[in-house]
Amino acid sequence: MNLGYYPGCALHGSSNDYEQSLRACLGALDVTLAEIDDWICCGATSAHSLNHKLAIALPARNLALAGRQGLDEMFAPCPMCSMQLLRAGQAMAADARLREEISSMVEAEVPNGPRVLNLIQVFQRIGLDKLKAAVKTPLKDLKPACYYGCLLVRPPTVVDFDDAEQPQSMEAIATALGAKPVEWGSRTECCGAGMTMAKTETVLELSGRILANAASHGANCLVVACPMCHVNLDMKQAEAAEFLRAKFDLPVYYLSDLVGMALGLSATKLGVDRHFVVVGGPN
Amino acid sequence: MSRIGVFVCWCGENIARTVDVQQVVDSIAAVPGVRCAGHYKYMCSDPGQAMIREKIAAEKLDGVVVASCSPHMHLKTFRRAVNAAGLNPYLLEMANIREHCSWVHHDREQATAKALDLIRLSVAKVRFDRKLDPIRVPVTRRALVIGGGVAGIQAALDIADSGYEVVLVEREPSIGGKMAGLSETFPTLDCSQCILTPRMVEAGQHPRIRLYTYSEVESVDGFIGNFKATIRQKARYVDMTKCTGCGECAKVCPLKRNLSEFDYGMGMRPAIYTPFPQAVPARPVIDKKTCAKIIRNGCGLCEKKCAPGAIDFKDTDRMVEEQVGAIVVATGYQLYSIGRRQDSDKLRGYGEYGYGKYKDVIDSLQFERLVSASGPTNGELKRPSDGKIPQKVVFISCVGSRDNAKGLQYCSKICCMYTAKHTMLYKHKVHSGEAHVFYMDIRAGGKGYEEFVRRAIEQDGAKYYRGRVSKITEEGGKLIVRGADTLAGIPVTIEADLVVLAAAMRPSDGAAELAQKLNVGYDENGFLSESHPKLRPVETNAAGVFVCGACQAPKDIPESVAQASAAAAKVAVTFAASELTREPEIAHINEQTCAACFACVHTCPYHAVEKAEIRARSGALIKHTARVNPGLCMGCGTCVAVCPSKSADIEGFSEEEIYSMVEALA
Repeated sequence: MNLGYYPGCALHGSSNDYEQSLRACLGALDVTLAEIDDWICCGATSAHSLNHKLAIALPARNLALAGRQGLDEMFAPCPMCSMQLLRAGQAMAADARLREEISSMVEAEVPNGPRVLNLIQVFQRIGLDKLKAAVKTPLKDLKPACYYGCLLVRPPTVVDFDDAEQPQSMEAIATALGAKPVEWGSRTECCGAGMTMAKTETVLELSGRILANAASHGANCLVVACPMCHVNLDMKQAEAAEFLRAKFDLPVYYLSDLVGMALGLSATKLGVDRHFVVVGGPN
Repeated sequence: MSRIGVFVCWCGENIARTVDVQQVVDSIAAVPGVRCAGHYKYMCSDPGQAMIREKIAAEKLDGVVVASCSPHMHLKTFRRAVNAAGLNPYLLEMANIREHCSWVHHDREQATAKALDLIRLSVAKVRFDRKLDPIRVPVTRRALVIGGGVAGIQAALDIADSGYEVVLVEREPSIGGKMAGLSETFPTLDCSQCILTPRMVEAGQHPRIRLYTYSEVESVDGFIGNFKATIRQKARYVDMTKCTGCGECAKVCPLKRNLSEFDYGMGMRPAIYTPFPQAVPARPVIDKKTCAKIIRNGCGLCEKKCAPGAIDFKDTDRMVEEQVGAIVVATGYQLYSIGRRQDSDKLRGYGEYGYGKYKDVIDSLQFERLVSASGPTNGELKRPSDGKIPQKVVFISCVGSRDNAKGLQYCSKICCMYTAKHTMLYKHKVHSGEAHVFYMDIRAGGKGYEEFVRRAIEQDGAKYYRGRVSKITEEGGKLIVRGADTLAGIPVTIEADLVVLAAAMRPSDGAAELAQKLNVGYDENGFLSESHPKLRPVETNAAGVFVCGACQAPKDIPESVAQASAAAAKVAVTFAASELTREPEIAHINEQTCAACFACVHTCPYHAVEKAEIRARSGALIKHTARVNPGLCMGCGTCVAVCPSKSADIEGFSEEEIYSMVEALA
């Protein structure tokens, strides 16, 4: 399978461990990633708080580039990116004049499409049966708390993915890999996201609550599909524990780490050894 | 040459302010065929009507046009007036120069010109009006009541006590409906069963009420005064004539762990069961989906134990036909099914409340069972997960109601009251407990209602927060309820033991399908439509079909009962006449020119056009033709539109009349 690949800023920067994991894991599953030439920032939180047109134009340019490369499916591993791409696509689909205006702004014809996929959808496209068949080392000791955060499933009208309040798609993948995902309560809570710079205590409290909830429901690790969530839950875990006067020992995996480990890839290959909360991992 | 009288009404200043009535009268008087024209301040008043009557006599008028309000308002008035003067009432036409003209225009000159046009059309039409006589149909003085909840029971009793027979159909094994499962009722806190069961017994034993429980209305044919209802009696596997209601069968049934429908899943019942002790009839049914004998020819213990030999595993569904003259629909409500799966994309289930995931998040009807003396816990409030007595209960109102984004737009009306009641019942059972309520507004309009809510807050100490709950999670056996107190402007987190969701009221399953069978309208939410929201609240657009209770809109017990009695009164009115009269403005088919294509038969929305044969005296077939059943035809004109040979026409709205109006305008 060949997928268009929109890494977004994080995967080439602070979360390049996520990219390493993706490339290793998807490579093993015969998925090739065609990176969009000359891609630009999706606009993230900043653009849509300042200028609505810009918040559409930035992702629209990336859609236009993907279209120019003849890609009809584009994988955006960061949920913020995929949500922004989807939102821009929908806004223009509903308003032909807006599409014209944006096209002239970004100096490229913005097509209707390509289809934007998040990480979970990529694994769903590969197929749970195929994943199950490819498992070499079932993750039977793993009791992950699958964490979706805000943007994988929300806003439901934009992303239209899984159930916005009680999602189950990540659990289904973890189960296929032999893990035993726990039932817990903070799957769609906010980790604090970008507040990590501006108001660290907020992040420590919010992320700390999520970690505490996972631990109290018997999880021995967390699984995420978002670079920002990973930063807050992994890098800030020690600080959050201190802030809440608690003790956590919860490695935080990307969903691709989980799949990769089940496929028999090493922690070094996946970049799991570069996480802050380091464990030997099941391997 | 016609002798037409035109009478223009001022309607005070409603018409006269915008339309120059004097000019209209002067102009219309010059139209050929108009014998006289006049105007008056209130044409519907006694002097106004007298003016019409006098002119009919003096000028020997053979047609009358009244230019005033909508015929919905005063058609009957003016028809009676011309009839009193000896003119056939169908030789009257009304030109609507108020709703269609003066109320919607400002420019006096243009409005006057338009009013004149409208009147000219009516003048053109009235020339082709024919004398018509009302249609008379015989009436079967028996009523069908569909639904045996409190509304259906009340309607059935009132009709039966008026001296008419009633067929009462209920799809559950017992009558009683939702009210039979309630604990205590607002605003008096009297025991629901104590006040309802006497009426149930009365309905069950009434000599003029024939009860069909565990039965559903399969189809309804016919028309007012002459309906034929086909009722499906679902296989009960118990012979009601032999069964004594001793209950031995339920005791020996080994399959005791089936979720009880009557307890909304809060309790268990055997495969053979009577839903509750005071059931009417007190005869069990066998649930064919769980009974081991029916599924795989096992067990059969109840059959062996039953002394009178009432168990009959070979029982099948049976169809029964009943002739009735009027129908009352009282199919009631169900609660919005909270959870993930919804019947429409617009409804989004409220997954954030974890209903169906956390055992201690329940809906309000489930709570009723938990505090009901006849409930699965014998009235002791124990939470479903571990049977502990909850020390903190959170009540959330408007779950599904008043929510354009995820739920239904309307207010379910009764939730504010029963939530206040729930807090009281809870506090009366658990004195040390805390009751917390999240609400949007408190709507307590009704006799003693506001006082009741204040009592819950001030005397029983329920804590009310104006705000919504965003999420419920579970931690260490507690439900963490996070919401907002918008009056204080702060977020609120409550660690609760039990959460009760006041889910929106929706029409019962199958209400829309039933409405279609009865040709009754229903709104976008599935509630049945009354003919007029104020003046015909229990009538429907299908003649002879009446509605009452929560199938028409969310309502509480007093309102349902009042409406049921109103529907019963309407049935009694229908039955009071020896025969019924209907408006004669219906379709007729010219059987000479009918080509028997039957396009009209297929398109008639009321199934009023039938295939018929014309035979010679010898019995030889001359031709096939379509024929209108005058009892069923509603005069919609669909057949006229589809008839390729122009053989269908509507009395009072013939093509001749319509085209004469079009020509008058050209």
